[in-house]
Amino acid sequence: MMKKNHVVESITKERMVQLLASGKRLDGRALDQPRNLNIETGVIPKANGSARVTLGNTLVLAGVKIATGIPFPDTPDKGILMVNAEILPMSSPYAEAGPPSEDAIELARVTDRGIRESEMVDMTKLGLIPGKSVIAVFVDCNIMNVDGNLFDATSYAVVSALRTAKMNRYVVKDDKAVATDELIPVPVERTPVSVTIARIGDKLVVDPNSEEEASMDMRITITTDDDGNICASQKGEASTISAEQVLQAADTSISVGKAIRAKILEATS
Amino acid sequence: MAGTKKLIDENGIRLDGRKWNELRPIKLQVGVMKNADGSAYIEWGKNKIMAAVYGPKEVHPKHQVLPDRALLRCRYHMAPFSVDERKNPAPSRREIEISKVIREALVSAVIVEDYPRTAIEVWVEVLQSDGGSRVAGITAASLALADAGINMRDLVVGCSCGLIGEQVVSDLDDTEDKEGNGDMPVAIMPNLGLVSLLQVDGVYTRENFQKAFELAIEKGKQIYQMQREALTTRFFGGEAQSTEVEEAAE
Repeated sequence: MMKKNHVVESITKERMVQLLASGKRLDGRALDQPRNLNIETGVIPKANGSARVTLGNTLVLAGVKIATGIPFPDTPDKGILMVNAEILPMSSPYAEAGPPSEDAIELARVTDRGIRESEMVDMTKLGLIPGKSVIAVFVDCNIMNVDGNLFDATSYAVVSALRTAKMNRYVVKDDKAVATDELIPVPVERTPVSVTIARIGDKLVVDPNSEEEASMDMRITITTDDDGNICASQKGEASTISAEQVLQAADTSISVGKAIRAKILEATS
Repeated sequence: MAGTKKLIDENGIRLDGRKWNELRPIKLQVGVMKNADGSAYIEWGKNKIMAAVYGPKEVHPKHQVLPDRALLRCRYHMAPFSVDERKNPAPSRREIEISKVIREALVSAVIVEDYPRTAIEVWVEVLQSDGGSRVAGITAASLALADAGINMRDLVVGCSCGLIGEQVVSDLDDTEDKEGNGDMPVAIMPNLGLVSLLQVDGVYTRENFQKAFELAIEKGKQIYQMQREALTTRFFGGEAQSTEVEEAAE
């Protein structure tokens, strides 16, 4: 996403690989240390839930909107959950307006997968009239500033926004779903945490910034749940990873994810 | 989600009669398209997928030229009639994502540095889909690349493993993918021992994650032998014949 100046890039990468050999990163972090995570919720009062998340200089704003909708034919009694992400043209000098890029589509789908597969939201509690009407939860993410690792920042924003979202309680009257004035939380059951790890040379680093992403060979995002289960993953970039490093990345994502989960829970309860 | 249909019976036999670690029948054929520089056709269970390769060729539009290597283009596309309900022929977000991960899975095997300023195009058309179409597509596409005579470090072979309940199973079909509890497509370069595609959904304990991942690699190596046979038939076996390999029950 961020490869621009090839000369500077290759010099930077050389230096980065040298430093990594002695267990250091250009910005002084340890290999398994994510950047500073800051979560602010309820920033958009018109949304049902919202969160402004910064991960280093990466800034993502997630907003939840809740309405009624028609269920999918194969899940007539379950609600609808859609997670989407857009990389705004204001987010970096290299982002462009227009239809979503391949990167933006992958970002949105990988984020959605982590939330969906972990069964974070109990969809069975979002059914209203089987086959006719269910509650539809839309989470839209605006990527406002890009400094690497959009996957994790977006995921934390979605989780934080959902955890703090309030929706109207619906009642069924005369075969119609009617919203009441009573506000209730979204039925959140789990707290999935995404951890993205980049391979630079032969070293794995957690939460790569833009500079590291420009030098990375491979990226892997692993989402874990409260019990340390793995519920989603995506390998990216035009290179490979060894089987041992996949398992190493899985262990790292479980341990790093645990610390981040504690932070998210603290910021959202 | 699970449990609506019994996907594995009390004897550990799946709906289509397979054991937990068995593959569906796979049929591979290389060099099946007249115009393409390389091509391969795969039937994997009910999947029917054609892969064709053009190139190295001139890059259009010119501004996409890479001065030091080839540009690998890849499109994974599902025919409107390939699934139960007609699929809109326009590329969906799913197909765009899969095109991207297939390209990334293949590009590390192709020695792109050997073809600077050119484009290599890989077209994967799913004619009938039945679960695991992306790994089947990768398996066929890497044969098509080899058939086109493109320099490669290794073949790429894919296999998907997953979960039914807490049972790890290999090679999920469509029903198991939809009704089961997890799907993990993996693509490997078997001789180099490297993983070039990994996606996961479902909830895996750390132990099941490793079991499914390692099973996918093991099954991939098995399919790699079929790829070799298909290439051998193509280049040394006279008439292009199909290589049918059915796995014996263990």
